[in-house]
Amino acid sequence: MSFFDLKGTLKPLTALKQFGKKPHTIEFAEKSLEAADRYRGFHYNELEDCIGCGNCSIICQNAAIDMIHIEGIEGKNGDSGLRPRVDHGRCCWCALCVEVCPTGSLSLTKDYQYVSDDPDSFLWIPGVDNPEGKNNLSFTTTQENSLNNFNRIPMPELDGMERVKSFAEAVLGYNEEMAREEASRCISCGLCTEVCPDHMHIPEYINAIATGNDKDAIRIIYDNNPLPEMCGKVCTRRCEDVCAIAVRGESVAIRWLKRYATETAATSDITYEIVNPEIKEANGYKVGIVGAGPSGLTAAYYLALRGFDVTIYEANAKAGGMTMYGIPKYRFPLESLDKQVEYIEKIGVKIKYSTKVGKDISFDKIYKDSDAVFMGVGFPKAWTLGIDGEDAKGSMQAVNYLHEINAGEKVEIGDKVAVIGGGNVAIDAARVSARMGADVTILYRRRVEDMPADWEEIEGAEDEGINIVPQAIPIKVLADKKGQVTGIEYLMAEMVPDERGGRPKPVAIEGSNKVLEITALMGAIGQQGDYSFLEGEYEEKIKVERGRFVVNENQQTTDPKVFAGGDAVNRTADAISAIADGFRACKAIDEMLVKK
Amino acid sequence: MREKATTLYIGPQHPGITGNMMVKVKVEGDTIVKATTEVGYLHRAFEKLQEKRNWLQSFTLMCRFCVPESDPMEESYSRAVEAIEGREVPERAKYIRVMVLELARLASFMLWYGGQNGSLGLYTMGQWSVGDRNYILDLFEELTGGRVYHMYIWPGGVRRDLPKGFEQKVLKTLDYIEKRLNDYDDLMFDNAIFKKRTQGVGIVDKRKAIEHGVVGAVLRGCGIKSDIRIDDPYEVYDKLDFEVPTAEGGDIWARALVRRQEARQSIRIIRQVIADMPGGSFYNKIPNPQKWTIPKGDAYVRTESVRGEIGMYIASDGGTMPRRVHLRGAAYVHGITLLEDVLVGENLADISAIMNSLGTCPPEIER
Repeated sequence: MSFFDLKGTLKPLTALKQFGKKPHTIEFAEKSLEAADRYRGFHYNELEDCIGCGNCSIICQNAAIDMIHIEGIEGKNGDSGLRPRVDHGRCCWCALCVEVCPTGSLSLTKDYQYVSDDPDSFLWIPGVDNPEGKNNLSFTTTQENSLNNFNRIPMPELDGMERVKSFAEAVLGYNEEMAREEASRCISCGLCTEVCPDHMHIPEYINAIATGNDKDAIRIIYDNNPLPEMCGKVCTRRCEDVCAIAVRGESVAIRWLKRYATETAATSDITYEIVNPEIKEANGYKVGIVGAGPSGLTAAYYLALRGFDVTIYEANAKAGGMTMYGIPKYRFPLESLDKQVEYIEKIGVKIKYSTKVGKDISFDKIYKDSDAVFMGVGFPKAWTLGIDGEDAKGSMQAVNYLHEINAGEKVEIGDKVAVIGGGNVAIDAARVSARMGADVTILYRRRVEDMPADWEEIEGAEDEGINIVPQAIPIKVLADKKGQVTGIEYLMAEMVPDERGGRPKPVAIEGSNKVLEITALMGAIGQQGDYSFLEGEYEEKIKVERGRFVVNENQQTTDPKVFAGGDAVNRTADAISAIADGFRACKAIDEMLVKK
Repeated sequence: MREKATTLYIGPQHPGITGNMMVKVKVEGDTIVKATTEVGYLHRAFEKLQEKRNWLQSFTLMCRFCVPESDPMEESYSRAVEAIEGREVPERAKYIRVMVLELARLASFMLWYGGQNGSLGLYTMGQWSVGDRNYILDLFEELTGGRVYHMYIWPGGVRRDLPKGFEQKVLKTLDYIEKRLNDYDDLMFDNAIFKKRTQGVGIVDKRKAIEHGVVGAVLRGCGIKSDIRIDDPYEVYDKLDFEVPTAEGGDIWARALVRRQEARQSIRIIRQVIADMPGGSFYNKIPNPQKWTIPKGDAYVRTESVRGEIGMYIASDGGTMPRRVHLRGAAYVHGITLLEDVLVGENLADISAIMNSLGTCPPEIER
């Protein structure tokens, strides 16, 4: 290098050619930059769509999001009532909160400037404090790019035409791989726990399944449900209706996961080994329980664990109540029930079978022999249709029909059956009749979507070739001279909106009469209680209102020593509510007698 | 006559220091006789934090290890996690990743252009290159939603597909940058001041380079051809045609020449990637992040960052969070042991230029 580098001195001066060119920066204040369509700016939350599941708060690795109560937003089923508040001083704009939001309500906007001299003002409630953000959304998720898995693992089941040939269990259950994958979809928000009558620890046991700890799952399940395999197969699963994933996809198969967990314990001995129940020393108190249905068995199990001497009086030859005699065996096989009842007996619950209270033993004796009494007597009597000709031969109640079939008896139904009703009992009776070789038609007053039966049951019935006639109001049962049912006459109905905002009402259309030829008719429009076992003073002391026992929040009847639960108490009339009743009553009895 | 030795403290807050660290120098006159680095001002314990965050949350911390190098960090993390888990990455995602990595290289070079010249008092260069870098950041904003911290390359692929017409925008920007690189040459490589201040300054010879375990442009600047993209190719680098430039001399000037060529090679790579970009999926979706477990095992992956090879070691105990994440960054050696060695005998005024040239990045040193 020479001492004086001429080229090296002049070349940099070529920079002068830039002189006078327009600058490529813009002058802020006069002009502002438009952010890109995917820009990750401040948060915006669509408050109406948000369900307060808190998944954003969980994923936030800066702990910048907390879930808070906002005035004007109340919690309801499927909505915790909480909404995220974001500390924009902590936020790192990774937008994982957006990626995991199951409803898609949370987004980031193009807004990226915020100036304030108040440090606390960086704490925003997206959607409340920046409603204008709605028009400026940028980083959002769709079903495709969300990190939630919206598709449920399909449950393997027998083909519709195959399963009507026998009472083999229609649903085959998840295998291990399927269960793990399905369980891994859960985001542990707990909205399900809130809505479950028994408040089962759903996120916890699903997490145990997801991480391969099936035994832990069983132990968690037995915390407050001694009949989990029954629930795993036939629960009405309100939990799944409120599942956060179900907002944009298919809910986590909570019921099937419980089923999977409990099925991994094949016998009552294995269940005992896994649960390893801690049974307290006998406390000397006696509890008598009327009815070995879900509520009675639950109360009995948890009372026995707490050291009570428990005896159940059951009118039938087997325990289980409606889950034994009402639910068909293709849904809930006998072995499953036997296994659970055996386990309950194993921990010391005594069950006196074929002992009808009021006939084989008086209520008075049970009352006087026990320190507390629990009644889980259910709704054994069916409502009749209240139409002409209903007492014809071949006209029967679906619930009685199911009882007899489940007890192993034979019932003559011929080859054409009509079932009246739209609940699970109607569907069960129809599907059982189909398995007996009959052509089955279900007549229902309202539309198919109004049916209270489980959607999977309705689909199952349709797969099995059962004909559902919606908006059909039966008016007359036709019979031949021998008094044998030959047909059912019904009117078609139109749906009229309810002025008070309730569900639409079916109103019969004049002259739309139709006749269906049948050999048997089954009514399935509901059941009622039978409290004839309460005689004398008890009839007065234990109050019944509108067909149900009057109880307080502890399941205590108007006689402080007597508790009640199950269908005879609550309107939901499902097994899980009955289990919840039993559990509550157990705690109350323990409180009353032991803890005082 | 020997002048009396004095100790000076350069940093931790000093415009010539590339981050927050301190160099304690003992000088005789203005010649350095001893240099000691002191770090610890930027320690954020990311590696430890990651042990308490799930596999997805951890990913958002990666880009923060080193500001101008966010993408190679994300890339390393993702590839290590994929290696343990055995997760496949779609072909399209691999191409997009390479495009992002090379754009990031280019953006990082632009920042270096500014820093290297700024350390010598040549400020026009920085105004140009940092301004032009913004056009690349605009591309990042459009693709990833972020300008500097992209959080885009994650396990299983990339976060979002290319927006419509994105490839054309990239090509257009590359044409512009390529033209500007020639302008930079006039201002920098043909500049007598730059030559005088850099030639023969901050020399790392081959022996010293190997002794210290030096990587990247510093290693190539002393004539050793080494690049992980060629030596141990990842993603789709083995399908691409590009050269690894080297230079002789091992001084600041040689390293600058290497980087000058590398910026052009990056442009060449991006053009190929865009031409060959396959269709299909860009992401092999991970399970629900809350329940995402990685099988027990560990992985060590190597990535060529702008500063050179970085190594990422991740171990999983089979749970939902990493058991250990460890980064061996280029700056750890360059900014501590090598720097202390190289500074001896150099002029006090050249500290900043040497630090820039070695690619010292305090946030990466401390993590």
